[in-house]
Amino acid sequence: MKKLLNTLFITRQGVYLAKEGETIQVKEADETLLRVPVHTLQGVVCFGRVNASASLMGFCGERGVLMSFFTEWGEFLCRVQGPVSGNVLLRRRQYRVADDVEGCQAVVRTIVCAKVANCRQVLMRAIREEYDDSESLSRQVVVLKSVLERAARPGQSVDVLRGLEGEAGKAYFGCFQSLIGEGREEFAFQGRSRRPPLDRVNAMLSFVYTLLVHDVTSALEGVGLDPACGFLHKDRPGRPSLALDLMEELRPVIADRLVLSLINRQQVRTRHFRESEGGAVLLNEEGRKEVLTAWQKRKQEEFLHPMLEERVAVGLLPHVQAMFLARYLRGDSEMYPALLWKG
Amino acid sequence: MLVLVTYDVSTETSAGRKRLRRVAKHCQNFGQRVQNSVFECLVDPGQYADLRAKLLDEVDLDEDSLRFYFLGAEWKRRVEHHGAKVAYDPEGPLII
Repeated sequence: MKKLLNTLFITRQGVYLAKEGETIQVKEADETLLRVPVHTLQGVVCFGRVNASASLMGFCGERGVLMSFFTEWGEFLCRVQGPVSGNVLLRRRQYRVADDVEGCQAVVRTIVCAKVANCRQVLMRAIREEYDDSESLSRQVVVLKSVLERAARPGQSVDVLRGLEGEAGKAYFGCFQSLIGEGREEFAFQGRSRRPPLDRVNAMLSFVYTLLVHDVTSALEGVGLDPACGFLHKDRPGRPSLALDLMEELRPVIADRLVLSLINRQQVRTRHFRESEGGAVLLNEEGRKEVLTAWQKRKQEEFLHPMLEERVAVGLLPHVQAMFLARYLRGDSEMYPALLWKG
Repeated sequence: MLVLVTYDVSTETSAGRKRLRRVAKHCQNFGQRVQNSVFECLVDPGQYADLRAKLLDEVDLDEDSLRFYFLGAEWKRRVEHHGAKVAYDPEGPLII
């Protein structure tokens, strides 16, 4: 079993990352802020004006440590990829399945079903915890159930499944506001908005999804799959489509619930955000640190994996799912078992 | 697991000073320097074997000494720090 390794986040502006022996050195002017051995890391995530030396980037690529660069506000810029690793045969299989209508449908169906089911669990859990709007939540739970039943029917085209996923997303985010207990005014939510996020909840969701994409991409690369070739998301240059696919089922469980608990436990407050002129709402530096800390803690929590019947760290779920997907594509298992959360 | 590595390398000769530099370099590749000749290395058994072999290759056992202390996976409750130069937690959130 893979070990959960740490991720180094750089949010300070103007620092320089260099390779020093087998360590990453974080420097500001002539001062060394931190020195970390690369073998303890699985990824390096840089925000804003962060420079890195070419030899460090090469070294990270070689060691399978994914380095990603984002703008100061969390918008993805690029990731550094070393020599393509993993198995050619597996990648060829992946491309063939992605080109094959039925093969694609099978994967997309399980992913969409798992996503809808997991969203439904998030709502049902809130109902159990007796939120005020349990009535409207229950209504959406019924909607999601009907979507789930329709999605589960075999032989549906990927386009129909995409439509059902959209329908489920609408129902789910339509009542997301009811999941926010404390600070409803501060954290008003009127549906999902992206690029830019228009309210605080969206700012947090977008930021956490960004972190999840980084982790899922690195997990896929780790098992030798091509993160750019997806089944549910269409291929587009530079887009990690397969990572986005795999993320669908993980999002409600890992990301959405983290955002909700950060709000409901009042760990994130109004002062953690800033608003730009265009109406975009974004986390400020302090806010990002708060979310990153919670994210790292969440990844260390354990989760009883329903397929493995074993406790795995939440941070390893992307790796476990990537491994299952590779197994399925290789033909070692009948079906790809998407992650179903039991609430 | 966390392994604490400490060493004493004789610096009487230039060969000794070279050994000292190289020992420190290897230690740095595996962990963090917490005091002058003291390193905390978070390693798995394979990495530990690697580190140990590298260090033993480097030192001159007639003049230098090496000590390894095993603090296990539950090292956090076995370590207490006072004073300057606070170390980072290699298993905690690493945010700069």
